[in-house]
Amino acid sequence: MAVALDKTAPLSGVRRAGRRTVVAAIVVVWLVLFAVFRGRQTLTLAAADLTGLHRWFNDVNDSIGANRNTNPLFLYFFNEIRLVIDNLVTFVQGLISQPSGGRPLPQIGWLGVVGLAGFVSWAVGNWRVALLAVAGFTFFGLQGLWQESMDTLSLTVSAVLVALLIAIPLGVWAGLSDRFNRIVTPFLDFMQTMPTFVYLAPLTLFFLIGPASATIATLIYAAPPAIRITAHAIRSVPQTTVEAADSLGATRRQALLKVLLPMSRRTVVMGVNQTIMAALAMVTIAALIDAPGLGKTVVQALQSLDVGTAFNAGLAIVVMAIVLDRVTTAASGRAEAARRSGSRFLAWRRPLLVAGAVVTAILLYLSHTYVWAAQFPGDGGTGSSIADAADTATTWAQDNLSGITNAVRDVITNALLNPFQSLLTDSPWWLVGAALVALGAVLGGRLAAVTTAVCVGLLVGTGVWSDSMTTLASTVVATVLVMVLGIVFGVWMGRSPLVDRVLRPTLDAAQVMPPFVYLVPFLALFGATRFTAIVAAVVYAAPVAMKIIADGVRAVPETTVEAATSAGCNTWQIITKVQLPMSRSALTLATNQGLIYVLSMVVVGGLVGAGALGYDVVAGFSQGELYGKGLAAGLAIVLLGVMFDRITQAAARRTGA
Amino acid sequence: MTPTQTEVPQRRGAPKEPGTTPVISVRRLWKVFGPKADQVPDSAELCGLSRRELMDRTGCTAAVRDVGFEVSPGEVFVVMGLSGSGKSTLVRCLTRLIEPTAGEVVFEGQDIRDADDRRLRELRRHKFSMVFQHFGLLPHRRVVDNVAFGLEIRGMGRAERTKRAQEVVELVGLAGYENSYPDQLSGGMQQRVGLARALAGDPDVLFFDEPFSALDPLIRRDMQNEVIRLHHEVGKTMVFITHDLSEALKLGDRILIMRDGKMVQCGSGDELVGAPADDYVREFVKDVPRGDVLTLRWIMRPAEPDDALDGPELGPDVVVREATRAVLAADRPVKVVEDGKLLGIVGDEEILAVVAGQEGGA
Repeated sequence: MAVALDKTAPLSGVRRAGRRTVVAAIVVVWLVLFAVFRGRQTLTLAAADLTGLHRWFNDVNDSIGANRNTNPLFLYFFNEIRLVIDNLVTFVQGLISQPSGGRPLPQIGWLGVVGLAGFVSWAVGNWRVALLAVAGFTFFGLQGLWQESMDTLSLTVSAVLVALLIAIPLGVWAGLSDRFNRIVTPFLDFMQTMPTFVYLAPLTLFFLIGPASATIATLIYAAPPAIRITAHAIRSVPQTTVEAADSLGATRRQALLKVLLPMSRRTVVMGVNQTIMAALAMVTIAALIDAPGLGKTVVQALQSLDVGTAFNAGLAIVVMAIVLDRVTTAASGRAEAARRSGSRFLAWRRPLLVAGAVVTAILLYLSHTYVWAAQFPGDGGTGSSIADAADTATTWAQDNLSGITNAVRDVITNALLNPFQSLLTDSPWWLVGAALVALGAVLGGRLAAVTTAVCVGLLVGTGVWSDSMTTLASTVVATVLVMVLGIVFGVWMGRSPLVDRVLRPTLDAAQVMPPFVYLVPFLALFGATRFTAIVAAVVYAAPVAMKIIADGVRAVPETTVEAATSAGCNTWQIITKVQLPMSRSALTLATNQGLIYVLSMVVVGGLVGAGALGYDVVAGFSQGELYGKGLAAGLAIVLLGVMFDRITQAAARRTGA
Repeated sequence: MTPTQTEVPQRRGAPKEPGTTPVISVRRLWKVFGPKADQVPDSAELCGLSRRELMDRTGCTAAVRDVGFEVSPGEVFVVMGLSGSGKSTLVRCLTRLIEPTAGEVVFEGQDIRDADDRRLRELRRHKFSMVFQHFGLLPHRRVVDNVAFGLEIRGMGRAERTKRAQEVVELVGLAGYENSYPDQLSGGMQQRVGLARALAGDPDVLFFDEPFSALDPLIRRDMQNEVIRLHHEVGKTMVFITHDLSEALKLGDRILIMRDGKMVQCGSGDELVGAPADDYVREFVKDVPRGDVLTLRWIMRPAEPDDALDGPELGPDVVVREATRAVLAADRPVKVVEDGKLLGIVGDEEILAVVAGQEGGA
C-alpha cells in the first residue's frame, strides 16, 4: 500500500505539470501556424450574406407560415397550445393592463392592483413586504410606466401559473421515481445551461411572434428550477420519516399527502421564487419577439441609444424583481414564523385577514368603477425626471470620465480582446477547431474532446463560424476577468466572515436581476461597443463566481489551515499553497458557471453593438430574410454553450477525482 | 430473597414454557442486495462464500444470511450486532419494509411474504408497529397529532384518535407537551413521542430499531427503564435491535447475536456469558460483569461425598451477585435446589472465582 502511494504521488505530479506544458505547446503551435496561414479559410460571412442552411431555414419558416392553418400537427397541436396560452394572457392583461370588454381601461385599475398586491404580500408574507409591494407598485405609476409594468406582470404571472401547473407534478414524480429522475435530469441540466436568448428563435417558428410565444418561451425557461427543487424537496424528506409512515400502514397516497408534501412545502415555495425570477428575466428579454411590457421599452431605448428612457424602464424591472423576490422569500419563511409567534397573534390573524380582504374588495370595486382609481394620476413626471437625471449623468460621465473609461476600454480592447479575437477569427477554421479539440482533450479527457469535435463540426455547418469565433473571443476574455474578480473577492470572502456578511446580500440581489438591465449603465459609460457587453457580462457573472469560490475556500478544513500556519506559512503562502489548491474543484465549477453566465450576457450584448451571434439573432427577429441566419446563430450559441459546459464539467470531474 | 426480585426481573419472568405457539417464526431468512440477488440463497456454492467473496464474485451484498428464530408471546427478543451486521435489515424484513430475498416470516400462521398489499397494510396498521433510531417524527405536526398519526392512517375520526393519543401521551410521561412541536423537545422526549406513536395503535408486536442509540447515556438509561416499565404494564411482545451488549442484557429475555448477516448465537444472557458459542461471542461478553449475569446454575459443582449438605438452599436461577452475601456468610456450602431436587452446591471458592476474577475477564 505504502509503495503504491509513493509511486502514484510523483506520477500525478508529473502528469499535472505535463498537462500545463501540453497546453502551452498547443498554444505555441497554434500561434506559429496562425502566422503562416493568417487570413485563409476563415469562413467569414458578410452581414447580409446567407448560406444554403440559412436559406433552407427561411424556406422552412415560409412553408410553416403557409401551412400553419392546414397542417394537422399545427392545426390540432401547436395552434391549440398557442390559443390557450393566448387566451390566458389576454385574460390577465384584460384584468390589469389592457383595455377590455369594451372599456377604455382594464377591469382593475391601479388602486385595485396596488391594494391586491399589498394584501396578497401580507397574507403570504408579512407586513414589511406588503409595504414594499405597495411602494414598488406605486412607483411604477409615478414612473409613467404603469401599463408597461402591468403587461410585464401579466405575462410573468401567466407563465408562472402554467409553469407551476406543469412543474410541480413533474417535480413530485421525479422526487418519487428514481427512473423518471434519471430521465429528466439531463434535460433540465441542458435547459439551464442555455442562454435565455436561444429559446426564442425556434419557438417563433412554431408559435409566431407575440405574447403567446413569449409566454411559452418563458414557461419553458422557468419550469426547470421548479421541477428540480420540488424533486429535491421530496427527496430530502428523511428516509426514517417515510419509513415510519410505511410501518404504520400508510398507502402511497397517504404518505404523499400527509408526509412528503407537507414536509417539502417550504422548499417548494423556494422553487416558486426561482421560477418567478426566471420568468421575469425571460419576459423582459422576450421583448425581442414582440412581448409587450417594460422589456420592450428597454429594447427600443437601447436600440436608439436613449440611455435615460432605458434607465427609467430598467429601474422599473429592478424594482419589480426586488418586490417579487422579497415577497416570495418571505412566503417561504412564513409558515415557521407564524407557528412560533404564538397563538395570541394567530387568533387575531383570521379576522385581520377578513378585514384586509374586505378593504381590498372595496379598492377593486373603486378601481373598476371610477376613472381616478383606474388610471394612474399624473403624467409620470417622476419617470421623466429619472430619465433626465440619467441623461444628465450620462452626459456628465461622457464629458468628464471619458478619459478614464475610454482608456480602460482601449487598454482591454487593444491589449486583450483584439489580439485574441484576431487569433480566433483570422486563423483557418480547421486550425481553431484542432486547437479547441486538443485543449478539450487535455483539459477534459477523451469524451470532452469528442464533444468538442462534434460541436466544432456543427458550428462550421451553421455557416456563422466567424461570428461564433467573435462571440467566443468576447466570452473567453470576459470569463478571464470574471475569474480574476472571482478569485480576489472569493478568497477575501472565504477568509473573512465579516466581508462575506457584507458582500453576500449584494451578490444575492445582483443575481435576481434580469440580465439585460445590466447593459443600461454600461452603455452610458462605454457607448455602443463590444466592450460594453463584456463589462455587463463580467458584472453579471462575477457574483456567481465569487460565491462559489468563497464557499470552496470556506470548505477547506480548519485543521489544514491551522497546520499550515503552525508550519510557519504567511498569508500569501496559505492562500496560494493551501486554500486555492484545495478548492480547485470550486474554481473549475466557478469557471463553468462563469462561462455560461457570460455567454448569455455577451449574446444579449448584441443589442448594444457587440455584434456577432447576438446581433444575428436579433436581426433574425426583425428582418424576414435574415430569419434563417438568426436561427443558425441561435444554434451556434447552443453549441458554444454545450462545448463550454462539457469541457469545464469534465475538467471539474478530473480535478475533483 | 426470591429469584424474581433481582434488578432485571423480567428476564427470569420469561415465558419459556414449551407448548406456547410463537408469535413470529422466522425460518431460513435471506436478504441479498445486488444484481440477480434471488439466485444467491438457492445456490449452495454461493451460500458458502464469505460476504467479501460473494461481493467480489457476484457484486451482491448479503445483509441477512439464513437467519431463523422464534419469538414467544410477551417476550423481549433482542437482536444484537455491530454496525453492518445486518440487524437493522433483519428487523425491516420482518415487516417487509425491506423485501426479504428468501425464507419465511410466519405470523398468525401465515407467511408474511405471501401477504398482498392490502393484508400487509392491515398488519402494519393493527398488528405491528416500529420505533426508529432517528424517530421519524413529522416536524409540521404537534406531539398529539404525531402520536395519532397511525390512527389517522387507519381512518379513525379526529375526536376518537385525539382521545386515544392523549391517553398514550400520558402513558409515556409526556403529559403537558401535547401541543409542542417535535423540534421543541429533547432527543429523549422525541423518542417518547416515537414510542407513543407505536403504542397508540395497540399493536401485538413492537419493533425497536436501535431506538436509544442517538441519545445521551443518562437519557438512554431512563428510556431503557421506561421500556421495562411499559413492558410490565402493557405486556407486548417486543423485538429490539441494539448494538449495545449491556442494553441487550438489561432488556432481553433472549438475545440473538449477529455477525456479517449470520446468526452466531441465540440464547439468554447467562447462556451467552456462561457458554459463548465461539471466540467472537467470547470477545463480546469479555467485559460483562459476570457476577451480574451468571446464575448459580453456571457455577455450582456436584456435591462431593465429604461436603456438608446442611447449608442454606437457593434456587439455580439466582444471580451470583445476589447470592454472594448469603454464600459467604454461611459457614457451609450453599445447596442449589430446584423443585426439591439437589442440583449441586456452591461454596466460597466458586463465588470468589466469579466475583474476584471478573476484572480480569474470562
